[in-house]
Amino acid sequence: MTDRDEWPLWEVFVRAKRGLSHVHVGSLHAPDAPMAVRNARDVFTRRQEGVSIWVVPSDVVVASSPDEKDAFFDPAGDKIYRHPTFYTVPEGVEHL
Amino acid sequence: MTADLPAAGAVAPAESAAVFAYTLRLADDALVYAQRMGEWIAKAPQLEEDVALANIALDLLGQARSLLTYAGEVEGAERGEDELAYFRDERDFVNAQIFELPIGDFGFTVARMLVTSSYQYALYTLLQDSTDPVLAAIAAKAVKEVDYHRDHATQWTLRLGDGTPESARRISGGLVEVWPYVAELFESDELVRELATTGVAVDPERLEDPVSTYLDTVLLAATLGRPDVAVRHTGGRRGVHTEHLGYLLAEMQYLARSHPGARW
Amino acid sequence: MGAIGWLVDGAAIVNQVPLCRCSYGPYARAMVRVCKEESFHQRQGFEILNTLSHGTPAQHAMAQDAVDRWWWPSLMMFGPPDDASPNSAQSMAWGIKRFSNDQLRQRFVDMTVPQSQALGLTLPDPDLRWNAERGSYDIGEIDFSELFEVIKGNGPCNAARMNHRRTAHEEGAWVREAAAAYAAKHRAPQASAA
Repeated sequence: MTDRDEWPLWEVFVRAKRGLSHVHVGSLHAPDAPMAVRNARDVFTRRQEGVSIWVVPSDVVVASSPDEKDAFFDPAGDKIYRHPTFYTVPEGVEHL
Repeated sequence: MTADLPAAGAVAPAESAAVFAYTLRLADDALVYAQRMGEWIAKAPQLEEDVALANIALDLLGQARSLLTYAGEVEGAERGEDELAYFRDERDFVNAQIFELPIGDFGFTVARMLVTSSYQYALYTLLQDSTDPVLAAIAAKAVKEVDYHRDHATQWTLRLGDGTPESARRISGGLVEVWPYVAELFESDELVRELATTGVAVDPERLEDPVSTYLDTVLLAATLGRPDVAVRHTGGRRGVHTEHLGYLLAEMQYLARSHPGARW
Repeated sequence: MGAIGWLVDGAAIVNQVPLCRCSYGPYARAMVRVCKEESFHQRQGFEILNTLSHGTPAQHAMAQDAVDRWWWPSLMMFGPPDDASPNSAQSMAWGIKRFSNDQLRQRFVDMTVPQSQALGLTLPDPDLRWNAERGSYDIGEIDFSELFEVIKGNGPCNAARMNHRRTAHEEGAWVREAAAAYAAKHRAPQASAA
């Protein structure tokens, strides 16, 4: 098969009826965006999983590098003051 | 499947025979076409298209089941959906011939789907207002499904018509092949005219203009022309079919007929 | 078809559910979706066999014949016995495979035997019996030669299936090309040439 007839890959995100965010549910091949959205509806919403579909060409997704995982994510690990539970609040004080 | 439909109301006997006959036409269109579209499973040009065509077939089968069940109730002769689907002979099937034609290549399938889904969309849009509450309810559900089928056929007509020279040749060929069977969809007769006056049925003649307009719009955008074909085939509504229906029914009905009386 | 839904999809579920938590993301995500599909196939298969088994004598015979045909292949779906499985050690070390072939096979048998009793159908294994000590069913010896033939490509349907796939793919080439050509023509202006 020639490369010519290879359809690009798309990542699919679906937001559920009661969801706030689109969730990544998988990927599929489609020749262009309109067909990608329609294919996503057929392939990923078989059980009324969603009210909104996003499709994104896979090759425009920019991902953080697994090799840089440490430098990227570890510094946040010892900044425990970013968690609300770090702080002490006297008993009886409300709405904090 | 039919649990959420209003119960078949009290209909006068003479009218019920007419409603039965009319409903059967819609049911057979859907049933025969569902059986045909199922033949694309594992054969489609791409996996995603396989899923799409299978979904379309399932939608049609669902419509067929609702319509056949209702037809059986209206007839009042204790024939359920299975009895009607599997134990009627060819001459008792009243689908339009366009639905029984073999799937052909993808170009033919898209050409046929463009016509049939446009027809069904126009039909169900109006049938939603039927004075028969069951037909209205079935139509209200079906119209959303065939809206999607029509969109699917349209997307493919554009891509095949305005794709490569080969694809344009194939979809043009498909249109030429299917065109002789288009006119039958819009034929009227005494049965349907009578039922249309009471608001039960939709006279197919009313559908010709909106469907024609839609087809012309799509064909133009797809850089395709209307086929110049004068031949017209008809007879399906009278039980007169192409040679293809016999084979389709033989395959579809074989198991049930081999074990009459068995429950599945 | 009922036997395949109940047994083959049933075996697939036992095999694949652990993979939903495996270490390789794309595989795990795909398995979650596959398992959703398989689980209703399994129930549908069971229901089909239940209806047949309790139907006419001819229907009961159909159901029994199908189970007789598909029982052993379902067991073989879990792969060779642990001591003859070349890739298992590596996959387990990497966290992709979480349970051994024999463990999963045993789990499947223990689940399925009571279901066969509910169906009123027998399983074609004369050595199948409950072992109170182990708390599991003993299985007769599996003849894996059929499995190895199929994996090598010599099964009864291998050639037909590959042929069908190739033909469908080749016959669909003009469609895929057309869609790609259309997409190229209608892409954003910066991509088009004069």
